[in-house]
Amino acid sequence: MELNKAILATITTNSTKVMPGSPIFVCETKDEMDKVAANLEAILDGISHALSDEIYIIVRH
Amino acid sequence: MNEYTYPILIGVLVGTLFRIFMLKTDYRQYPTYLHGKIIHIALGFIAASLGAVAVPAIMEKEFTAVTFLTIAASQFREVRNMERNTLSEMDSFELVPRGKTYIEGIAIAFESRNYLVIFTSLLTTLAYLVFGIYVTVIVAVICFFLCQRLMSGSTIGQIVDIEHADVSFDGAGMYVDNIYIMNIGLPERQKEILKYGMGFILKPKSFDVRSTIANLGQRQAILHDVSVSLGVFRDSGTPALVPLIKRDLDDGRIGVFILPQDKDVEKAMKVISAVPVLENAIRMPSESKAHKKEGS
Repeated sequence: MELNKAILATITTNSTKVMPGSPIFVCETKDEMDKVAANLEAILDGISHALSDEIYIIVRH
Repeated sequence: MNEYTYPILIGVLVGTLFRIFMLKTDYRQYPTYLHGKIIHIALGFIAASLGAVAVPAIMEKEFTAVTFLTIAASQFREVRNMERNTLSEMDSFELVPRGKTYIEGIAIAFESRNYLVIFTSLLTTLAYLVFGIYVTVIVAVICFFLCQRLMSGSTIGQIVDIEHADVSFDGAGMYVDNIYIMNIGLPERQKEILKYGMGFILKPKSFDVRSTIANLGQRQAILHDVSVSLGVFRDSGTPALVPLIKRDLDDGRIGVFILPQDKDVEKAMKVISAVPVLENAIRMPSESKAHKKEGS
């Protein structure tokens, strides 16, 4: 089976809500999270989706 | 020179001219200028020759010559393969791909046009041999209108009502009207989308149309054509900026989200309504026996 969607990274300001599985980037503030997510989006060629105000995931479609 | 020279010449000439007439390079820019065209004109010439020679061959009782037509058929199937392969190869480098259904539609058109040329040459040669030049002209004109009719399918504008709709965000979810499109996390991207994005709602005019516009290939064709005609605000490495079409499961409407560089609503509506309805996407649920029973 070919996986064509994958979570490439998780960015969060609340480290208690995520578990390892994909690389996790813990940030201090929402602003920092936005910046990190924007960078990762460009680098990984994925889309950053917001699961909540505290968690973003980068997904390649 | 013998009695068949002029009939064959006329047949070949009319057939080749028809192929040139059917070879329109429009906004799709396909076939590409010059080289792509030469390939198809050459193949059209071959098709025309085959069609034109068939009638004299039969008149000379060379019935085996008809087997040539089978060679022609396999030759033109090859044309379809060639088109399909070239377009599929190039598709991965398009910012907004055509999609497989659209490519198949184009490939089929190329193959079938060669057959139209064969029939035209065959009929004009036959008319010349049997009735003379005046009837040939009439036959050629009839073939011309017939080809024109056979060539043109319907367009999206004929099967749906197009409305302009606002693009909005509810949290991270992006909506066109009330149809959910996708989740965009970054506020920066959301701003870009609100600034450059445009939304349209396509309402099916009948029940049959619902499944046609739901076809993923048809939807991709709409996005591709719009992006070609109006430009697209997108680059490699910005996967979040992607034109998308999603469907309202309740009533079969589709929400078109595009990122044109030319933000002209009127123009965009015109472009969407001119998108061809792909042969492979057409479904006719109303023709099914279950429906007919209900109706009677």
